[in-house]
Amino acid sequence: MTLLDFARGPALQWSLIILVTGIIWRIVGALLLSSRKDLSVARRKSGLNDGLGAIATRSLPAHTFEKRIRFQHVTGYAWHLALFVTVLFFGPHILFFESLLGFSWPALPNGIVLFSAAVALAILIALLIRRANHPVQKLISNADDYISVILCILPLLTGILAFAHIGGRYETLLAIHLLSIEALFIWFPFGKLMHSAMTFPARFQAGTSFGRKGIKA
Amino acid sequence: MRKDQNLGEYLRTQGVSRRGFLKFCSATASLMALPPSAVAQVAEALASARRPSVIWLSFQECTGCTESLTRSHAPTVESLIFDAISLDYHHTLQVASGEGAEEARHAAMEENDGEYLLVVDGSIPLGNPGYSTIAGISNLDMLKDTAKGAAAVIAVGTCAAFGGIPQAFPNPTGAVSVSDIITDKPIINVSGCPPIPVVITGVLAHFLTFGTIPELDHLGRPTAFFGQTIHDRCYRRPFYERGQFAHTFDDEGARKGWCLYELGCKGPTSYNACATVKWNEGTSFPIGSGHGCLGCSEPGFWDHGSFYKPISAGLWGSKETLLGAAAAGAALGIGSAMAARARKNKAIKESEADSS
Ligand code: SF4
Ligand code: SF4
Repeated sequence: MTLLDFARGPALQWSLIILVTGIIWRIVGALLLSSRKDLSVARRKSGLNDGLGAIATRSLPAHTFEKRIRFQHVTGYAWHLALFVTVLFFGPHILFFESLLGFSWPALPNGIVLFSAAVALAILIALLIRRANHPVQKLISNADDYISVILCILPLLTGILAFAHIGGRYETLLAIHLLSIEALFIWFPFGKLMHSAMTFPARFQAGTSFGRKGIKA
Repeated sequence: MRKDQNLGEYLRTQGVSRRGFLKFCSATASLMALPPSAVAQVAEALASARRPSVIWLSFQECTGCTESLTRSHAPTVESLIFDAISLDYHHTLQVASGEGAEEARHAAMEENDGEYLLVVDGSIPLGNPGYSTIAGISNLDMLKDTAKGAAAVIAVGTCAAFGGIPQAFPNPTGAVSVSDIITDKPIINVSGCPPIPVVITGVLAHFLTFGTIPELDHLGRPTAFFGQTIHDRCYRRPFYERGQFAHTFDDEGARKGWCLYELGCKGPTSYNACATVKWNEGTSFPIGSGHGCLGCSEPGFWDHGSFYKPISAGLWGSKETLLGAAAAGAALGIGSAMAARARKNKAIKESEADSS
C-alpha cells in the first residue's frame, strides 16, 4: 500500500471514526451535565431571545476593551473567513466532501482560494508567534493551544505545497496533506478545536442564564 | 538481418536513408535527455552495433505489451531497431514450438552467456507453480534459470515491473514482479499497460549505444521517460491551475477541453511519457481524446480505487460506520454524564453529611 492509499483509506477511515465519536461524545456529555436546581426567583422569564442575543453580542467586536484587542478581533475574523473559503470552496476539496457526503456545490476559482489559504496561513503563523512572545498570552497558553494551532497550520501549509507541486512528488505531498488533516481530525474532539462545536451553544446558555438573572448579556 | 551485419548495414538494406537514421538518433537522444552533442555518438554506436541476443519470456500477461511493441505502426526506424535485435526466443512470435523452442533458448543462453538481454513481460505466480507453465517449466524456474546468464533484465509492462493486473486484489495467483525474484542483476522497469513502444526501443538504443543501462528512478524506471508525471506535461494543465474542470464526459467543460481531474484523471500521480511521446505515431494520448489517465505505469494502479474517482477523494466513506461512530459517541456521552452526575451526587451527600 502506498502512503497515498494509506492516507485516503485506513487513515481516513479511523480518523473520521475518532472525529465523529469524539465530537458526539463531548456534545452529549456536555448537554447531559447536571446543574443544580436554581432556587432563586427569576427576575424575568428568559428564553430564545436572550440566548440568540448573547450569541450576537459576543460575536461582535464592540466592547470596552476593543482598542486593546482589535488585532485579535480583526485577525480572528479574517482567519476564520479565509479558512472557510479554503476548506469549502476549493474544487478538489469539494470532491473530497462529495465522496463522503454524496452531494457537492460550486467551487471558487483557484486564484481566490489560493489567496485565502495564504492569508489564513500567514495570520495563523503571526498569531502563533504572538502567542509565544506576548507576556500575557504566554501565561494563559498551554500545550493544547500550541497543538491546536500547529495542527491547523500544517494542513494549510502542506495543501499550498501540494497545489503548487513544491517540495516533493505530488503523491507524497497530497498524502502528507491528507495525513495532516487526519491528525487534526483525531485531535479535534479532545482539544480546544472543539470550540467550533461548543462556542455558540455555550454563548446561548450564558445568555439565557443571564436573562433569568435580569442581566443584559 | 544476417548475424554478421551491423545495425547500420542492416538499416541501409531496409532502405533507411542516412538522414532518416540520424533523425531517429536525434529523436532518441532527445527522448533520453542526452545533449545534442551526443547525437553523433549515438548514431555511430548504433550503426556499428552488433545484434544483441535477446530472450523474451512471457509469463502471466495478456500479450498486450508484445502487441504494443510489434504492431505499433508501419515499419519505422524504431520497429526496425526492434527487428535488428536477435530475438532468439519469444514464444508468441517465434515459429518453433515445444522442445525446439526450448532448445533455441538454451542455445542462445549458452552462446551469449553473460551478454544477452532478458526481456520479461507478465508477472510470476508464486501461489502454485502450476498456475502458469511453459513447456512444463514453471515461470519461477524459467525466470531464475534464464536470468542467471543475462547481462541485464528489462521488465516490460506493469505486470513484469510491478505485478500489474494479475497482482490486483485479491491476487489469486500470488503474482509478483521480476524484481521481487531477481535481485542480483540490473533490472530496467519499462512499466505501462502497455508501455509506449518507443520507450522500449529507447532503452534498447541506450543499451546498444553505451553498453550500460540508463539512469533509473526509485522504481527502476528510466528517468528519461518516467521522470515527469503526465500532469507535468499535460496540455490541459492551465485549466487545472485555474480550477476549470469537466464535471462529466459530455458537459461544456469537457467540450472545451478542460482538466479531467474531477473525472478521476490520475495524471498528477503517474510517471510516464504519454503526454510528450504520445501514442500511435505521436497522434494522441488518452487525455487528448477526453479520458483521464488511469495511472497504468504505477505500482498497484488497479487497486487505487475507481478509475473515475478523483485523487483528492477518500477511498473510504461508509455512512453506516459513521452513524455507528455517532451512536458510540452518544453512548459514551451518556455514560460519562451519568458517571459525572453520580460523582457529583456523592460529593453533595458527603458535604451535607459533613456539615450536619
Ligand atoms: S487532465 Fe489530468 S494530467 Fe491533465 S492537467 Fe488535468 S489532472 Fe493533470
Ligand atoms: S495516459 Fe496514463 S493510463 Fe494512459 S497509457 Fe499513459 S500512463 Fe497509462
